[in-house]
Amino acid sequence: MTDRSNTVATIRDNALWMRRKAFTMVYNKQLGHPGGDFSSIDVLATLFFGVMRFDPANPRKADRDRFVMSKGHATGALYTGLCKAGFYPEELLETYMGPGSRLNGHPNRQYLPGVEANTGPLGHGLPIATGIAIAGQIDGASYRTFVLTGDGELQEGSNWEAAMTAGHRHLSHLTVIVDRNRLQQGQGTEETSRLDPLPEKWQAFGWDVFEVDGHNHESLLDVLGAAPGDKPRCVIANTVKGKGVSFMENQAKWHHGVPDAEQFAQAMEELV
Amino acid sequence: MAHAAPSPAGYKDCRNIWASTLEKLAEEDPRIVVVVNDSIGSSKLNAFASRFPERTVNVGIAEQLMVGVGAGLANGGKIPFVSAAACFLTGRALEQIKADVAYSGYNVKLVGQSPGIAYGELGATHHSIEDLAWLRPMQQIAIVVPADSWETEQALRWAATYDGPVFIRVSRMPVPDLDIPNRVFEPGKSELVREGSEATIIANGTTVHLAAAAADLLAQEGLSVRVVNMATVHPIDETALEAAARTGLILTVEEASIRGGLGGAVAEWTAENHPVRVERIGFDGFRSTGSVDYLFEQAGLSAEGIAARVRGAVGRK
Ligand SMILES: Cc1ncc(C[n+]2csc(CCOP(=O)(O)OP(=O)(O)O)c2C)c(N)n1
Ligand SMILES: [Mg+2]
Repeated sequence: MTDRSNTVATIRDNALWMRRKAFTMVYNKQLGHPGGDFSSIDVLATLFFGVMRFDPANPRKADRDRFVMSKGHATGALYTGLCKAGFYPEELLETYMGPGSRLNGHPNRQYLPGVEANTGPLGHGLPIATGIAIAGQIDGASYRTFVLTGDGELQEGSNWEAAMTAGHRHLSHLTVIVDRNRLQQGQGTEETSRLDPLPEKWQAFGWDVFEVDGHNHESLLDVLGAAPGDKPRCVIANTVKGKGVSFMENQAKWHHGVPDAEQFAQAMEELV
Repeated sequence: MAHAAPSPAGYKDCRNIWASTLEKLAEEDPRIVVVVNDSIGSSKLNAFASRFPERTVNVGIAEQLMVGVGAGLANGGKIPFVSAAACFLTGRALEQIKADVAYSGYNVKLVGQSPGIAYGELGATHHSIEDLAWLRPMQQIAIVVPADSWETEQALRWAATYDGPVFIRVSRMPVPDLDIPNRVFEPGKSELVREGSEATIIANGTTVHLAAAAADLLAQEGLSVRVVNMATVHPIDETALEAAARTGLILTVEEASIRGGLGGAVAEWTAENHPVRVERIGFDGFRSTGSVDYLFEQAGLSAEGIAARVRGAVGRK
């Protein structure tokens, strides 16, 4: 196999492991946000296992690439990904949201290596990532900053303040990935407060915009792995909320729905 | 979403009475509208939204907009109930609450859903233990922390008729209705839950029934402890505070930060008007993840926990 096909195979295997593990955590705890875990896992797996440079043994190394999980509710995706990337042992995942656990319902950088920001309230990740990118620009550093936002999350105005600043400052080493699953908590994004035409919005703020199938590891690898240009980059990842489990796909109720024993068993049969 | 262990029979999630009361109020007064941030489900407003679609303003995930829109709706003659998870309503939109509602004097009802540590496992970002401290300096805002479903309904009914900004907490953690005969809700007036002379527990919200149970435990040991339900944190019931101070010892109990909320209000008032020992029970700083029951227990928010604090405090009197 070539290096690239090896990488793609690793991403695929790890994404599958993350889905199974995340859903097991949600099932055991009967809490979590599995719909948004599943829409974003392929993006996280591509970043962690195909794109980003980091050293789990030295998680605050100055020149590391940064990943900011702005949609902090998708901890099933984030915690399994960071675990697989080597930041902490698998046993820790069993404490998910348990009393006093380091695996809080939303990520906490003071408890867990690999976490860059204590998100949970939506609309915080992109401003923080913009600050990281400005620091890198001041230092002439080569590291890159990736931030994943939900699509409903873009209704928060703070994102657009950051978008304007990042565009204005040509923060070329900043990439936002929008998990475009078209659902938010209660219903569709377009029924709630329309986001389309989304690419044009980012372009107008001075960003280079790419649209990809957010579950296609090869396309994700191409666009996320490409060398920085001279503008910040927005990758609109078209995704399916609940991706990978037939009865969960595109269903708003799986935003924070949790499976019963039968549903869990069926999901495990499908996630192979 | 956070979930707690099954609660005892008769314990009720106050969001249900909030939703049904709002529907009744909307029937009675066409000016009533609700403003939400993608929180129709978590505010239990599905029935309201299908019955009054044009009076349901879902601005999306945008709390600053939500409160600003509330002020604008009030300008246009509506009576907006702005309903969102208390943490985001008060935290994210604090300046809108200050400038657009309190300082501008708009008739906006701010309804903080699932306050305190109701979202236990979701962690400190979702806990709303700072809300009372953030709002209390804005004297224009009446602050009500109802103890049960009955009081939640009364507070909402009062808010609908009162011309001015109000913040009401709507508890998610199930609580029993207090067993007090002939109750009347009067904003700014506390309720006497237990008579007593050797100390006073001043509580509100989900902790009042725990404080009452603590006083019952202590009564069996021969300690006579008064319990007051101080639902209105602002304006606070000064007559009840004076009476409490005369028992020589006050403990405050709340599902909130011990800094700046009910405990802060009581400590400020007594320090200036009737110095007396005040001990505050509640949350001191950010809490970890964990169930509501776990976090309550850790903070000493249980009948036994409160009773133990009273026993100790009596020695320090
Ligand atoms: C400031 C803020 N308001 C409200 C919420 C409650 N909330 C959590 S997730 C969510 C929906 C998010 O939708 P989206 O961004 O599309 O995420 P995804 O579909 O990827 O799960 C909402 C409203 C929050 N976490 N933060
Ligand atoms: Mg979405």
